[in-house]
Amino acid sequence: MSTISQTKKNTVSKLFLYTLLTIAAFLSIFPFYWMFVMATNDNSAINSLPPAYIPGSELVTNFTNVINTIDFFGAMWNSVIVSVITTIGVLFLCSLAGFAFAKFQFKGKNFLFVAILVTMMIPPQLGLIPQYYIITQLDWLNDLKAIIVPGLIDAFGIFWMRQYISSNVPDELVDAAKIDGCSNFRVYWNIAVPVIIPAFATLAIIKFMYIWNDFLWPLVVLRDEPSFTIQVALRGLIDNYVRDNGMILSGTFWATVPLIIVFLLLNRLFIQSLTEGAVKS
Amino acid sequence: MNQTNSGISKKVIHKKSLLTEKKKEAISGYLYISPFFILFAIFGLFPILFSFYLGFQKWNGLGEMEFVGFQNFKWILTDQVFWTSLANTLIMWVLGTIPQLLIGIILAYALNSALIKMKGLFRVSVFMPYVTSTVAVAIVFGVMFNSQEFGLFNVILSWFGVEAVSWSTSWWGVKIAISTMVFWRWVGYNTIIYLAGLQAIPNELYEAAQIDGATVRQKIQYITIPILRPIIILTVFTSTIGALQLFTEPLIFIGRTYREEGITVVLYLYREAFTNLSFGPASAAAIILFVIIIILSSINVWVANRLGR
Repeated sequence: MSTISQTKKNTVSKLFLYTLLTIAAFLSIFPFYWMFVMATNDNSAINSLPPAYIPGSELVTNFTNVINTIDFFGAMWNSVIVSVITTIGVLFLCSLAGFAFAKFQFKGKNFLFVAILVTMMIPPQLGLIPQYYIITQLDWLNDLKAIIVPGLIDAFGIFWMRQYISSNVPDELVDAAKIDGCSNFRVYWNIAVPVIIPAFATLAIIKFMYIWNDFLWPLVVLRDEPSFTIQVALRGLIDNYVRDNGMILSGTFWATVPLIIVFLLLNRLFIQSLTEGAVKS
Repeated sequence: MNQTNSGISKKVIHKKSLLTEKKKEAISGYLYISPFFILFAIFGLFPILFSFYLGFQKWNGLGEMEFVGFQNFKWILTDQVFWTSLANTLIMWVLGTIPQLLIGIILAYALNSALIKMKGLFRVSVFMPYVTSTVAVAIVFGVMFNSQEFGLFNVILSWFGVEAVSWSTSWWGVKIAISTMVFWRWVGYNTIIYLAGLQAIPNELYEAAQIDGATVRQKIQYITIPILRPIIILTVFTSTIGALQLFTEPLIFIGRTYREEGITVVLYLYREAFTNLSFGPASAAAIILFVIIIILSSINVWVANRLGR
């Protein structure tokens, strides 16, 4: 008797849980579908009652309009350049600093490490105006360097690398390599780097996503179209007097798709990296 | 212990070159961490100090600076738009954050249930919004929250006989639209973080409670919430800081008009600096925002410590 009611209860809660999760999944995915619907319909089909619900035939027209309005591919390329260079730079500098903090002895080490952690607490807007001023003084306005060079500062990255190196690179190995006459940099390069590849993957995803999606800082320092990253360029789509929603969402859709595809291919690594990073810090 | 041992053995072997070896290591250490400190000095520390300086100056970015004492702060604190921006920020913080965290916990609980299959599919689905850029989210939802009758949300409302809402101009409309964007992008992210926390809870605890006759609510209240507490505090903390820095969504949604219904503190700061070229008041606003963030973070830490006991 009790097992039957138990099974019944299980079926009910199972149904409830599936309904809940299906609704959540639907609401999460629907805007992507809807973006595609808009990207393939013309403005009159979008701006009518009832609006378009299924994909239309204007895919090419809308995207042609995008290319005529903004330098879509140029902006995508700028975003790739900025994100890739910053990410590689951060991986190198943070692992090097993390290695020093984990394996070397030098005066003031703990103090300096805490100082780096403290910088994580400062809201980035606090220095925004002087940062802009420095960029103008360096003559880096409209120059991708303005995004890349300040982007190399990554306190979290150093913290992350130090933790990983401390627990994954054995001291004995470092000492042995030194006794064998390896220079400090060779110890880093030959002993530490091969071991910390997983930490690289995590940090790379976090950093790449951050730079790719960043908006406020690029908006401030990239003023001319040739230097726009894709996020800044997308804003140009909605700035027109005549709002062509088909065109706007076409640009947004095609700017979103590449990252979504990478995410779907590497979803485990993405989800683990992006949430693990948050929890560990 | 291990370290000292190997240190001693090294001393024995390299008695003569010990000093130089140690020195070399220190030099390498400083060298390897120096890029951070050099870059931070230029693009982090100096701008922050200069912000505090600028808060007391009158400056348009080009001409001479003029010391004006607390004028900028006085100006900001008597500017009604600043207070509106602060109120907007706090309202959207509540509207965007609280539902996000509550629903995140519920979804995580559902995803953690042994009754559910296809967990991977659900996980990927709810996480997808987080991979989308804030600009894209704001554009898409901006079109969905079109104030005309054919805007998606107005169409949905019409199914229930509700009249079309002017999302982009009404006091609550703007806030609900922007909070929805924040909610949609972040709820899955928080779900996965909570899920990680839930998976760390041993199943035996629930089984024992089950045997003792605990209800689902009791299980959540006495097992789940206490164990999740540090993670909940973390998410409250990060989403609070994120909410106070809200910028992209309102800028994209209300555009260059900086409508008062949707202006946030960072948007206000941005307008002062880069539209009005009032760098002094903008720096003062940045300092005030910094103080507000410190106060709210301290309250957060204080509450967390009290709850922790």
